[in-house]
Amino acid sequence: MSTSVATAPATARPPALRTRAAAVLQRQGALVALVAACVFGAAHYYAFPTPENLLNVLRQNSMLGMVALGMTFVILTGGIDLSVGALLAVAGVVAATLTGRGTAVAVVGGIGAAALLGLVNGLVISKARIQPFIVTLAMLIAARGAALALTQEQSVRVAREAAAFTWLGRGTLGPLPVPIVLFALAYAAGWLVLRYTRFGRYVYAVGDSEEAARLMGLEVDRVVVGTYALSGALAGLAGVILAARLGAGQPVAGTGWELDAIAAVVVGGTLLTGGQGGAGSTLIGVLLLGVIFNLFNLEGTISPWWQWVLRGTFLLGVVLVQSRLQKGGSRL
Amino acid sequence: MAETATVTPAPTPSRPPGPSGTLSAAERRAAFGPTYGALAALAVLVLLNAIFTPNFATASNLWNVLLQVSTVLLVGVGMTFVIATRGVDLSVGSVMAVAGALAAVLLPRGLGVAVLGGLLGALALGLLNGTLIAYLPVQPIVVTLATLIAGRGLAQVISHDGELVTIDDPSFLVLGRGHAGPVPAQVLVALAVVGVAAVALRSTAFGRYVLAAGGNPAAARLAGVPVRRTLITVYATSAVLAGVAGLIEAARLGASDAAKIGLNVELDAIAAVVVGGTALSGGRATVVGTVVGALIMQVIATSFNMLLVPYSWSLALKAVIILVAVYLQRPRRV
Repeated sequence: MSTSVATAPATARPPALRTRAAAVLQRQGALVALVAACVFGAAHYYAFPTPENLLNVLRQNSMLGMVALGMTFVILTGGIDLSVGALLAVAGVVAATLTGRGTAVAVVGGIGAAALLGLVNGLVISKARIQPFIVTLAMLIAARGAALALTQEQSVRVAREAAAFTWLGRGTLGPLPVPIVLFALAYAAGWLVLRYTRFGRYVYAVGDSEEAARLMGLEVDRVVVGTYALSGALAGLAGVILAARLGAGQPVAGTGWELDAIAAVVVGGTLLTGGQGGAGSTLIGVLLLGVIFNLFNLEGTISPWWQWVLRGTFLLGVVLVQSRLQKGGSRL
Repeated sequence: MAETATVTPAPTPSRPPGPSGTLSAAERRAAFGPTYGALAALAVLVLLNAIFTPNFATASNLWNVLLQVSTVLLVGVGMTFVIATRGVDLSVGSVMAVAGALAAVLLPRGLGVAVLGGLLGALALGLLNGTLIAYLPVQPIVVTLATLIAGRGLAQVISHDGELVTIDDPSFLVLGRGHAGPVPAQVLVALAVVGVAAVALRSTAFGRYVLAAGGNPAAARLAGVPVRRTLITVYATSAVLAGVAGLIEAARLGASDAAKIGLNVELDAIAAVVVGGTALSGGRATVVGTVVGALIMQVIATSFNMLLVPYSWSLALKAVIILVAVYLQRPRRV
């Protein structure tokens, strides 16, 4: 994508500086904002650039980050997954219930349950041809119900002897908390898959034009099912880590996370129409929202309620800037 | 349901050329009535409950069902118009909270100020949604997601930074606790709104514009439909109806609880709309269908509650009903 932009000026008339700047801003606007927020933070709050604070920001956002990564795959195909928060809760509850039988069983069970429900999302969407919005809305309702039913609406304690399980949420690897390591690994894998694997390229093809992808002979249904299963699995991973961190699987965990994840994806610059964006964009979106939230807390004078107002306004502002830039540059 | 039986009135001269100038009764029903499936499902649910659930078919319980459904109904009617334009309004729950908070805070200055203030606050958020969606190439889901997040915070800020603002003005509380004979006040409000909205969608220029804008925005614009104005009106309507629902909730609770009022109501409203037969792909919308959809959901919730079945099972059944309803109504083209 970047090569075509770079070579175009050499052969043809160089485009106006303004459109080029707009193109850079459109792709890297979130990154520019993230750097600006970090510079601002470092200049104004002595507590901001400390390793403890930065690690804290990363750890707090690692689970939402995984959910947002799965959401990125789904949104790249032009879909949406509203069920991630509920799947996260199911995974946490299942994993916590299984901790008595060993960590491996608990982790695989939790992630597997969420991935399976994600697979159901994908199958219903592609086979029954119902809009993703509705299917995943129904899954949100049903999976939340299942999590509540499995637990009789109580938290499920992680078994006391499951130290290895708890390590996933509270342990460290050298200086780094385990959730951050898993978060980094997930994004590295996600980036590689989208960029260098057949599945990743197919995801972009389907998002660009499902019809064209079908005519080219891609198995569109399989790609779509894959993205929803992946989104479920990543939500499951986040749920397992959250349960490990809290020491309990909570049936109400992750309520509203689907909206936070969508916000992070959109802020990062992935378009909801599909086909444009990627894991890197979402990573920047997650970090940008996380850093801004952290700055609010360091400021200390902004009440949590004003923080909500500012977050919503910020999301709106980002979307407006993006739409402006799209208008100025190439219309889709 | 009376509207399905009405004979087609002669088209008035003021009516714009819609998708079809004159409709036969059958066409009219197909375009604006609830689907047979939804009606049948509601009938079966009510019948089964009347037979198997003790005390279900009592007057007090049926009024209770209507009372509980009225907030979702108000929001759902607005959502019907929004979805008919191929949009979605996620912000309705937050708008409810903002309206409730404004009214509670303004109540010491008089009943009129409180009600008007609450509704104007809601209208402002709706106009913001509508204007952005009409004039910029941004998706409704993103814009209304942002107003959902900001609105919930705004409601907290308005209610003195997250306090519970109690309401004790009896004339305001009538909105949520009053009765006219056996009929609760909010049921009357909801019925009036449903009636006006059903007529507006069926028999006014605005209704035709909504369907045209949803069916094919480009064609509608070329045909001279004021698509932008229609979109703004639709989101403003949705927000004002959510505002009314917010006032009712605040009156029913006797307090403005900015954290709770309207939480997740957007999901219930969307579910009611799609179960009732309004097409997500635009071009087909039914207000009466939304009533049927909301009633299906409420009857399930109430009867499961009465039968002491865990809440979680009613969630599962709701999910299945949403999926089945949308599957049966999916467009036939591939």
